[in-house]
Amino acid sequence: MSNIEIQNGRIIDPKNGVDRIASLYIADGRVAGIGAAPAGFVAGQTIDAAGCVVCPGLIDLGARLNSIQAELAAAVAGGVTSVVVPPDADPPLDEPELADRLVHRGEEIGKARVLPLGALTLGLKGERLAELAGLQKAGCVAFSQANKPVVDTEALLRAMEYAATFGFAVWLQPQDYWLSRNGIAHEGELASRLGLAGIPVAAETIAIATIVQLVRDTGCRVHLTRLSSAAGVALAKAAITEGLPLSFDIGVHHLLLTENDIGFFNPHARFCPPLRTQGDRQALSDAAAAGVAAICSDHTPVGADDKLLPFGEAKPGATGLEVLLPLTLKWAEAAGVSLSDALARITSAPAAVLGSESGQLAVGAVADVCVFDPEATWQLTPEALKSRGKNSPWQGYFLTGKVRHTLVGGRIVY
Amino acid sequence: MHNPQLNKNGELIHLLSTEGLPQAILTQILDTAQSFMEVSAREVKKVPLLRGKSVFNLFFENSTRTRTTFEIAAKRLSADVINLDIGRSSTAKGETLLDTIDNLCSMDANLFVVRHASSGAPYLIAEHLQRIGRDDIHVVNAGDGRHAHPTQGLLDMYTIRHYKKDFTQLRVAIVGDILHSRVARSDIHALTTLGVPEVRAIGPETLLPKHLDKLGVQVFHDMNEGLKDCDVVIMLRLQNERMNGALLPSAGEYFRHYGLTPQKLALAAPDAIVMHPGPMNRGVEIHSAVADGPQAVILNQVTFGIAVRMAVMSIVAGN
Repeated sequence: MSNIEIQNGRIIDPKNGVDRIASLYIADGRVAGIGAAPAGFVAGQTIDAAGCVVCPGLIDLGARLNSIQAELAAAVAGGVTSVVVPPDADPPLDEPELADRLVHRGEEIGKARVLPLGALTLGLKGERLAELAGLQKAGCVAFSQANKPVVDTEALLRAMEYAATFGFAVWLQPQDYWLSRNGIAHEGELASRLGLAGIPVAAETIAIATIVQLVRDTGCRVHLTRLSSAAGVALAKAAITEGLPLSFDIGVHHLLLTENDIGFFNPHARFCPPLRTQGDRQALSDAAAAGVAAICSDHTPVGADDKLLPFGEAKPGATGLEVLLPLTLKWAEAAGVSLSDALARITSAPAAVLGSESGQLAVGAVADVCVFDPEATWQLTPEALKSRGKNSPWQGYFLTGKVRHTLVGGRIVY
Repeated sequence: MHNPQLNKNGELIHLLSTEGLPQAILTQILDTAQSFMEVSAREVKKVPLLRGKSVFNLFFENSTRTRTTFEIAAKRLSADVINLDIGRSSTAKGETLLDTIDNLCSMDANLFVVRHASSGAPYLIAEHLQRIGRDDIHVVNAGDGRHAHPTQGLLDMYTIRHYKKDFTQLRVAIVGDILHSRVARSDIHALTTLGVPEVRAIGPETLLPKHLDKLGVQVFHDMNEGLKDCDVVIMLRLQNERMNGALLPSAGEYFRHYGLTPQKLALAAPDAIVMHPGPMNRGVEIHSAVADGPQAVILNQVTFGIAVRMAVMSIVAGN
């Protein structure tokens, strides 16, 4: 592996408070120096990063890899060097062998790192426990139900007790099954006007209240995924203040869009959990701005056939890996958040959720690096995306922030 | 936001919802319908406005009654009418909605009358037609999910105007299952657009959508209070599957609280009219003495419905 010098970029390493124009030196897959080359350093390759930002590779806490080759190429094109993969693949990731295969396939492709979440229960049915220890050994970083709620509260309690036994983290998308099963949009003014079955905020708050109580009882470490409401954020923040081992993230689309973006039944604005009100969006934005939440893409590639349907029949979700960075920058600009703080939400904050040392550029750290032009503007078109998922509410929009290079473990992968 | 119902000159090219239509267009439809009432009284009940044009009735959800009135209206305009009972053919074979539409576009269709169980399906079709450059084909929504049933809403407006002349002095109550009713939504938007100062919704909390007040509607849970001095009472059908369950305990308890009886009707204005989109559940939402009584205009609604559908089809196909 050759040594690499990334010259004259603006190095932003939020975790270590670095923000200055300098060169980054990489040797043996790790950061070898900032500003000054280590003794005897000879660059085999150089990258001219003048005018660009050099930051830790993005860590995405939620990306579905339906066609793994294309999606991992999309990840590095978006500056994402680690992707956490939810277990709701087909088949669900509930056996160690499946996790093993996914991790190996990821290594073979050699783009972004694949960090699978194992299924908490067999088939994600919320009934019988999956082999958590076996899954962990095969590379699963935590356990999850993706967006399928555990209906049986006793099953959830036992799963959390069992996970706590081994010190495993459990990731849960808080959605009460009964209050969300028939709904397709936020139970608000827009759903009433359009005649769409509603999902009340209580679907989220009831689930969070249940989970928080079970965290208190079991001591299980829980990460709440994709919060959607102001009331939900308030409950999660209170639990964190209480000192419970809890964290949460927000899908980047929920920082920018509201129920009103559904307009005349736009299926690209269908999400799980649903987009809610302006007040909810503001609370999510405030939580992200204050640094209590990580931001993720919730990348969900959906084919045209599954989107070009009446709103309630269309599959929820949007493509995310290649828009995570520009949409985070767009949010930061609107919310008055500094570039360094914005990058923290997609690098060091998700690393903290994972309990990982990555997401930083300290000397000695693994060289997962993203080099992007913060001024470059590009139009989101189907052709502009490497992902198979072209589904986006931003189709046709111009986005600012273009990734120039991505390095994983000191290798240039984009 | 672009309103797919109007072209860039602000003319009606599809009828998808009564929401977002200017008052002038609603009035144009009602005036045109009035002129067609005379056609229905003739011995030869035909005008040549849609001669040579093909109207496709696409009913993804069954409804003999609505489909028949559209068929009669299209035939009185001299159109060729093709009825497709899609619920039982294409989609059962796995064809997507837009594949079906593409196929029918190749059969020289001029107008699609669409009924679909999913809210918003006619919008998807209208946007697709625009995308593929077929602005010669028009869409009329004949009921989509819980969202809209604009021709029913318009025939209700026609009925109200026929009996009450002026919209701007009226109190109108809509009673029953508003949550699941596309008719109620279409009525509410049309009534507020036409200047009705007081629109009331009466029903139990389980059958009312949230934030109805934002649509300009006053909510009542007590029917006696809600009906007081109303000039128009629009009753809604209660679907069988909603009668016993989490929304309502029984048809009997519903009738006791929200069924329209002669006693309750006496609380409304003495010359109040009673409307119902049909089919009625006698003894559930309405007492037979009211349904067959002198204040009921329910059968006239059906007659007006044909003229209103003629008006809508002739206007959209002419733009």
